[in-house]
Order: sequence, then structure tokens, then C-alpha cells
Amino acid sequence: MPYRLLKYALHKDHPEPRMFRAPERLKEEYDAVIIGGGGHGLGAAYYLAKEHGITSVAVLEKGYIGGGGTGRNTAIVRSNYLTPEGARFYQESVDLFRDLSREFNFNLFYSERGHFTLAHSPASLNTQRWRAEVNKHLGIDSEVVDRAFIKKTVPEIDLDAGGHQAPIYGALYHPPGAIARHDAVAWGYARGADQRGAEIHQQTAVTGVEVRDGEVAGVHTDKGFIKTRKVLSAVAGWTTSITRMVGLRTPLVIHPLQALVTEPLKPWLNSIVVSASLHLYMSQSSRGELVAGASLDPYELISMRSTLDFAEGMSAGMLDLFPFLGDVKILRQWAGLCDMTPDFSPIMGTTPIKGFYIDAGWGTWGFKATPVSGKTMAWTMANDHDHELIKAFNLSRFGRFQLVGEKGAASVGH
Amino acid sequence: MKILNCPINGPRPLQEFHFGGELRPNPLDRKDGADADWADYVFNRDGEPGVKREWWYHIPSGTWFIAERDNVTDQFQRTYLYGAEQTDG
Repeated sequence: MPYRLLKYALHKDHPEPRMFRAPERLKEEYDAVIIGGGGHGLGAAYYLAKEHGITSVAVLEKGYIGGGGTGRNTAIVRSNYLTPEGARFYQESVDLFRDLSREFNFNLFYSERGHFTLAHSPASLNTQRWRAEVNKHLGIDSEVVDRAFIKKTVPEIDLDAGGHQAPIYGALYHPPGAIARHDAVAWGYARGADQRGAEIHQQTAVTGVEVRDGEVAGVHTDKGFIKTRKVLSAVAGWTTSITRMVGLRTPLVIHPLQALVTEPLKPWLNSIVVSASLHLYMSQSSRGELVAGASLDPYELISMRSTLDFAEGMSAGMLDLFPFLGDVKILRQWAGLCDMTPDFSPIMGTTPIKGFYIDAGWGTWGFKATPVSGKTMAWTMANDHDHELIKAFNLSRFGRFQLVGEKGAASVGH
Repeated sequence: MKILNCPINGPRPLQEFHFGGELRPNPLDRKDGADADWADYVFNRDGEPGVKREWWYHIPSGTWFIAERDNVTDQFQRTYLYGAEQTDG
């Protein structure tokens, strides 16, 4: 045992520095207030300080940082999207992700694995071919591969799905597809923002947003009122509770999405495997657990309860592809909230209320967008108009019938 | 197993039902036809937490009906056929 550890055991105070400070009380006024201490909100605080010199910022989190969508997703990062707007945006995110561990000096375990989207019918294979061609046209590394390639890369897979499901005809393969330690992304941004002067207030719930003459004037919290002229709502699944406070109508509906992990296994699965037909995506984490997620729960619910239906369905799908997992136990299951938009693109940027910015509609595609969202929302708040990369995602697009139909948004279940 | 009370068939397992979205006023009742109003009707939803009136469909019997449900606790408060709200309390 290292001496350092023994010394810690005998020491009264824990000598390891905290990742970020815990300020005792809120100040009376901030230049900007960010509601939601997930990756997106903390990312915005980080880039506001780092790139725009705005450091009088409070991040308000009603629970603990990274406890919402940030810590509940299946940690997949990819950019094989289908609209030029989406592809440009997510490609920028992947580029930022690749450098993030170094930038934070904090290991995010960013691990490029290769991402398979399996096709269980000739029609599905045609769709994957179309996706690959659109991706290539947009400069994204993506191609259609045959059964032999899948079998060679993932030898454990049963390409005929045990005869219970339609066989696999091929797949869309996206080599840069990666996984990362998602809570570390929140911590990395939190530490970076904190070191540059932003304050992170956990256990602080927002109870109201004060709007006077169409402009933001402050935020009511359970710990008192804060004066500010800029507020960012970055609360994903809780967005409808915040937009209600300012009287903003949105298309958002909230559905839970469930995921599970198995007990840890020795490393065997390097790739990320997705099957739309089986409503399943899975990968093996750096701890050895198989992480698997499903499609959305079938009806609206603002609750993170788990169901047996999900555990049964997910296990069945996993066994169809990897029958040898029959004896492997499920360690835990959970749910996260998905704020869904009708076009599967986010809602980002300015709103009709001056000083109220929104970063929402993150449905099932929020984690992979964390760095680029933080960066573009910080730019938008600092300049009070939408960053070039997110112009197409403004809330006003619905009023103009200019949707950004992103069929590549989620791997399964739309 | 979660049970939902179909107004025609009584208590049935939730797996027999399909969610049909929130109950909204018939757009044909609207006097106006401005683009903004249509956009609001077509896209915007009441996704806020609270007790909602929703369309549900009993698949085996082909019955559409209304359910009042708390979308935070997932408790169904009552169900009735469309238009029968007063009598089927």
C-alpha cells in the first residue's frame, strides 16, 4: 500500500483537493445564471469564462452535478448524422471531445471503438447505404459493411440472431464512434469553470424566473433571489418546468429512456453494437460492464422509474445477438428523461424573451453534443445572438415550419 | 403489472394499450387560420408536469378513450369515452 494512502487514513482532513468549491451562499447578482449543472450547463459556464471572460456566473443545480441526463446516458459519441446542420454540429463536438482529456488534464477515458448499426432486412441495408453516402458527402467517416466484416470485428455475434429475429444483412459502420466516462465530462467542465471563477451551487432549486418588460431580471431560488440579465436553461428533461415559469410554449414532450449494465466481464466487446430492430444498443465500458440502452418508453412521463418490461425486452435482444450472455447477471437498471422534439433536433439559442436562452430538446442525443453545446451556448450568451452552428436549431423554427428533420438522431426507436 | 381501466372492457394490463398523445381542441373549431396559430397547433405541446387529459387506445377492442393521468407519478385518475366526461365520473 502506498504511504500516501496510509497518511490519508491518519489525517484529519482529506488532503486531496476537491474538484470544485462549494460556495456557502449565493451572491446578490451575477452576470449570468445557468440553470442545470449537467454537462451542457457546466460546459457553457466553462466556455463563458475561458473564451469570453465572463466569470461572474452561477450554475444552479437542484440535485448534484451530472446527476441527470449527463450521468444517465449510455456514453456514446458519434457524428453519423443526416442533415448538414446536424452533421456539422456533431462533427465539431467529436473534434472537441478528442482533445478534452488533455484540455482538462483529466482522463475522460475517451475511447474510439467503431460503431455498428445493424441492418436486419434488405430495406434496412438500403437505408444504411443511403446514410453512409450522405455521411461521406458531409465528410464523415462512415461506410456499409457486410456480414463477414461484422463477424471478423465482433466474432461473438450471432449474425442470424438465433433464428428468433431476422438475420443481419450488413451494417452501417462508423469508425470514430466512441464511448467516454460521462460523469467525468461534467466534473472536468465543473473544475475548469470553477478554477476560472464561476460558482457551482448544488442543492439549489430554481423556483421562478423574473421577467420584466420582456427582459430577464433575475432568478428566484429556494435560497433567495438573484439579480441577473442573462439566464440559460440547460435542464433537458426538466425544461418544461422552466419554460412554464416564463410562459414559453415549446413542442417538447418528456419520455423516459431506460438502460442497464451487467456485471463486469473480461474485455471481449470492443465495438459499439446497435440494432434498431431489436431496440438495443450496447458497448463494454472500461470497467468491463456491458452497457445497454433501449428506445424511449412508449408514453410521456416525467419520472425516472424503471420497469420489468424493459429489463425483459433488453435481455431478450442481447441474448438474440450474444447467446453466451445467458448466465450474465444484470447489475442495475435506471432511466433518464428525454425531452423530445418533433424533428429530433435540439432547441438552442435565443428566445422571444431578452436574456433568456434555451438549451433543450436533447432527447436521446444530448451527451454526444456536450462540448459543442457548451461552446456555442456560451458564444450565444456572450454575443446575444445565435452562434452560426446553432442558427438552424432556434425555437422559432417551428413557427416558420422550418424543421431540421434529423433521422440520424438516435440509433433506435423513432 | 400496471393496469388501466378501459371504459368499455374494464381493467386490462397496460401492454394492451397505446398512448395517443394529449387531448387538444379540434383545429377545425378555430376561427382563425394564421400561420402562427397553425404552427402552434401542429408543433407545440403541453409537456409540463401535472395531471393531463390524454388519448389512449385499447388495441384488442379498437377503443379510443380519454384518460386523466398524472405525468409525474404515472397514476391514472380516471378514464372515460370522449365526450362522456360528465356522466362517467
